[in-house]
Amino acid sequence: MSLRWDEAEATEIVRRHEGREGPLLPILHELQAAFGSVPEPAISFLAAALNITRAEVHGVVSFYHDFRREPAGRHVLKLCRAEACQSMDGEAFARRVLDRFNLDWGGTTPDGSVTVEPVYCLGLCASAPSAMLDGEPMARLNSESIDEIAREVSR
Amino acid sequence: MTTRFFVPRDAAARAVGADKVATALQEEAQRRGIEIEIVRTGSRGLFWLEPMVEVETPGGRIAFGPVRPRDVPGLLVVGIPIDANDPLCLGRPDDIPFLKRQTRLTFARCGVVDPLLLADWRAHGGGRGLERARSLGPAKTLEEVTRSGLRGRGGAGFPTGLKWQTVADASADRKYIVCNADEGDSGTYADRMLLEGDPFALIEGMMIAGLAVGATKGFVYIRSEYPDAVRTFEHAVLLAEAGGLLGTGTGFDIEVRVGAGAYVCGEETALLESIEGKRGQVRAKPPLPAHKGLFGQPTVVNNLVSLATVPWILAEGAESYAAFGMGRSRGTMPIQLAGNVRHGGLFETAFGVTLGELVDEIGGGTRTGRPVRAVQVGGPLGAYFPRALFDTAFDYEAFTARDGLIGHGGVVVFDDTVDMAHQARFAMDFCALESCGKCTPCRIGSTRGVETIDKIIRGERSATNLELVEDLCQTMKFGSLCALGGFTSYPVMSAIRHFPEDFDRPPVSAAAE
Ligand SMILES: Cc1cc2nc3c(=O)[nH]c(=O)nc-3n(C[C@H](O)[C@H](O)[C@H](O)COP(=O)(O)O)c2cc1C
Ligand code: SF4
Repeated sequence: MSLRWDEAEATEIVRRHEGREGPLLPILHELQAAFGSVPEPAISFLAAALNITRAEVHGVVSFYHDFRREPAGRHVLKLCRAEACQSMDGEAFARRVLDRFNLDWGGTTPDGSVTVEPVYCLGLCASAPSAMLDGEPMARLNSESIDEIAREVSR
Repeated sequence: MTTRFFVPRDAAARAVGADKVATALQEEAQRRGIEIEIVRTGSRGLFWLEPMVEVETPGGRIAFGPVRPRDVPGLLVVGIPIDANDPLCLGRPDDIPFLKRQTRLTFARCGVVDPLLLADWRAHGGGRGLERARSLGPAKTLEEVTRSGLRGRGGAGFPTGLKWQTVADASADRKYIVCNADEGDSGTYADRMLLEGDPFALIEGMMIAGLAVGATKGFVYIRSEYPDAVRTFEHAVLLAEAGGLLGTGTGFDIEVRVGAGAYVCGEETALLESIEGKRGQVRAKPPLPAHKGLFGQPTVVNNLVSLATVPWILAEGAESYAAFGMGRSRGTMPIQLAGNVRHGGLFETAFGVTLGELVDEIGGGTRTGRPVRAVQVGGPLGAYFPRALFDTAFDYEAFTARDGLIGHGGVVVFDDTVDMAHQARFAMDFCALESCGKCTPCRIGSTRGVETIDKIIRGERSATNLELVEDLCQTMKFGSLCALGGFTSYPVMSAIRHFPEDFDRPPVSAAAE
């Protein structure tokens, strides 16, 4: 992941989706995978490449919770805040995790090691509370899990 | 002789260490020179027993669980030959009461087969539904689905056959089958389990739908919160294409689309907008998607479970399916027990089981061991039920009659520490967070709802503010285009009605004294 906007790479990504019906979301996902976010220059670039207005591209990027305008920390921890996790005291667990990293929801630690975000359901509802660290599922979380998470993100 | 071990690859099993168990098995076997083969299956859905490992024996499979990596050496000893006295030994999976009581039609293969092996799928009855549909032809196939009584498992319970008929009757050169795998309701994971445990069932179901209505292209919209499911299903599509089941020469193509974290995109028209590359805003109906859906073409939008149930119906016949159930709810429902429940997992059963049986007998009460106080059925837009309503039968109409809904079949259990005013507040907050912004009552009303419930929680003029919340719920119910704004009143009003004591609070300052 280069993190720096690279128009040649973006052009290549768009080219890969040529001929697809409704290519905008898949392209945005790939751009974010490549650059860590959907940076400002991507908006005009996509508008021109797909022949839609900048407002339309911007509207889509801002509508979906997944798309970031700034890259996240090196690790992304998503903690489930939906009802099934609430029933297993997930909120208290989340509070302890946030306190451990001294963060609020959506925040990134000063050293850039981890961003903690809310997520509303991971489909692990029979093993609550649950979370996802860099795309890997974690469930039946307890105090030990907090240490485990801290170890992972310090790598 | 090589002994086969089965270890789930389901995300919920991986989340509690299934990969580590598989690795430990492999290493331990190697170290001791025992020949084993590890098959990564989906999950049987007995999540309190995950990671649940099964061993093939001459007498069938024997299950062990929950297995930790450090249990593995012992498992290899008892595994061959089986020692039924091992504390982790669960016996034959089908004899475990939680599984034995089920009627697994849609989930028959889930947790049993290797989800990425076409031969395994075929050996377990896969493909027979499509074969029969091909021999019946479109009209008779559609008739089977109609006669089965299958209703949409995504929430609204609309008759699937009727929806298909509308699309079949529409004339257009292009039609689409869209599978809704957005599964945003907390407490639900049935779609995820099938994507990870029996993906070919969905492919087969979509192909049958395509054949019945004259569509040649399908989209599967999977939420981004399910990366494992996306990976497995994409892999399955490639395998199905390579195996000649799907794609070139079969008359049907499937494309996977990944959501981007918007709950409202589970609403069918918002989902279509999203596939088209737009903001996930709900469209006004009419026109119905069946007339003008994806890219303006006639489109079937069905929940994943609805589509994955169709192969069974075609293979076994409409009557066999309709023989299960009660009233107008025919067949089986994969009920998902979740939250604070001892035996959490997927329980597929004929409609008609009561909420009390589900929570107390099958679920075994709470995981914390405290009394059950409330149960939310049907996701964030579903009502909270108190024990007094535990005689409600799992059936679309029975739940409607009690101001609730079964939705996608999620049942979230709460113990007596739950604060129902907080749950009502969350329902409003969730609506505010996920509103697509099109209707004022939904967008603004939900935010006002949060503020007002906050006042109630602080003990400020409870009676007046409760009235205000009720008014807001009414306005949202009747002034919203879709069920996000419209049904938020279910959790809110059910909490107020069934648990009034939680809303009658002393002023915060007084309480502090
Ligand atoms: C806010 C909202 C969210 C929804 N989320 C889902 C979902 O995640 N999955 C789903 O299948 N249906 C969902 N639905 C229902 C769909 O609009 C639609 O009824 C369903 O996909 C039709 O398929 P079925 O007839 O097979 O149930 C949602 C509806 C609303 C209003
Ligand atoms: S009710 Fe809410 S989510 Fe539904 S269309 Fe209106 S604003 Fe959008």
